[in-house]
Amino acid sequence: MDIREIMIVIIGAVLINNYVLQRFLGCCPYLGVSKQLETSLGMGMAVIFVMAIASAFTWIVQYYILLPLNLIFLQTIAFILVIAALVQFVELVIRKSSPVLYQALGIYLPLITTNCAVLGVAVINIRAGYSFLLSLVNGTAAAIGFTLAITLMAGIRERIELSDVPPALRGAPITLITAGLLSLAFFGFAGMVK
Amino acid sequence: MRPVEDFSNGLFRENPTFRLILGMCPALAVTTAAINGLGMGLATTFVLVCSNTIISLLRKVIPEDIRIPAYIVVISSFVTVVQLVMQGFTPELYGVLGIFVPLIVVNCIILARAEAFAGKYDVVRSAADGLGMGLGFTWALTLLGAAREVIGTGSLSNAYQMFGLPQFSLKIIYGSYDPALITILAPGAFIMLGLMIGLMNLLTKHH
Repeated sequence: MDIREIMIVIIGAVLINNYVLQRFLGCCPYLGVSKQLETSLGMGMAVIFVMAIASAFTWIVQYYILLPLNLIFLQTIAFILVIAALVQFVELVIRKSSPVLYQALGIYLPLITTNCAVLGVAVINIRAGYSFLLSLVNGTAAAIGFTLAITLMAGIRERIELSDVPPALRGAPITLITAGLLSLAFFGFAGMVK
Repeated sequence: MRPVEDFSNGLFRENPTFRLILGMCPALAVTTAAINGLGMGLATTFVLVCSNTIISLLRKVIPEDIRIPAYIVVISSFVTVVQLVMQGFTPELYGVLGIFVPLIVVNCIILARAEAFAGKYDVVRSAADGLGMGLGFTWALTLLGAAREVIGTGSLSNAYQMFGLPQFSLKIIYGSYDPALITILAPGAFIMLGLMIGLMNLLTKHH
C-alpha cells in the first residue's frame, strides 16, 4: 500500500472534503451537540471509535457476504443493521471493560446510530472502491474531520452565547450561518491535493 | 377531525425543517436546485407514509425493548424500494441525489415520527402525520432549492427541463444578473437555510 495514497485519503477526508462542512454528513449532531466544548469533544471521540469499527465491518459484510451471495440490493438494510448492532455492542464492551471511558462516551453512543456520517462513510467506502485498509483509514479520518469541525463550532458557539444576536436568528439560524462561514473557511483547503 | 389536524401539523406548525430542525443533512446537501429538493422530499414522503403506516399496524406486536431496531428494519426496507424504483425510472435524479438516497434511512425525521407518533396512535392518524410531515419537508426543500438555484444561477432551468414550465430567468427581469455562485456551493447551503429559518421566525413571531 502506497503511503502517498493513504495520506491523500486522510487529508481529503479531514480537510478538503470535510464530512460535515463540505459533504453535509452528520449535520444533526453537529448542530445539536455543539453547545459546549466538553460535550462536543466527547461526541467526537465516540464518533471516531464507532466510525473506524463500522468502516471495517461494513467492508467485510459487503465483500464477504453481500457480493458472493449476490445480495447487493440489501446493502442499505444490511449496513444499518450492522451499525446499530455495532453501536450496542461497543456500548456493552466499554461498559464492562472501561468504566472511565464509558462515563465519558456512554451517553453519546446511542445517538450515533442515526448519525448519517457513519452510514455515509460506509457507503462512500464501497462506492469509491477502497481496499480494506483504505476504508479503515477513510472512516477514521472522516471522523477526525467531524471532531475537528464540531470542536471548532463549539468554541465559536460558546462565544455567540455572550453576543447580541437578533431575536429571529437566535438558536438554529445563527448556528447554521456560522457553519456556513466555517465551511467557507474550509474551502481554502481545496486544491491542496491534485 | 383528528387526522386532518395531524396532517396540517407537519406542514406548518411543526414543519420538520423550519421548526423541528430535523433532517438537516438532506435539506442542506441536495437543495442545489428546486427539482432536486422536490425529488428528495417526495422520496422521503413515500418512506414516511409507508413506515408510519406499517409501524402503527405493528405497534402492539413489536416488543418495547427492541422497537428501535425493528423500526429501522421497516424504514430501510422502504428506502430500498425507493432506491430501486428511482434507479429504474428516474436515473438522472438518482445520480444527482447519490448517496443521500440510501441515507434516507438515517433521516432523523422518519425515526422521530415512528418513535413519537406511529408507535402510539392508530393507522389513519399515523399515515396522516407521515403525509403532513413528508409534504412539510418537501415544500421546505423545494423552496430552499428554488431560492438557492435562482440566486446562484439566475434561473430555474432544471425544473424547466423536467416539467416544461415557462422558462424563468432573472436575466429577463433585470436585463443583466451576475449569479452569486456561493449559494449553490456548500457554504451557501448553511447560510441560506439559516437565513430562511430566521425569516420564518420573523414572519410567525414564534421564537
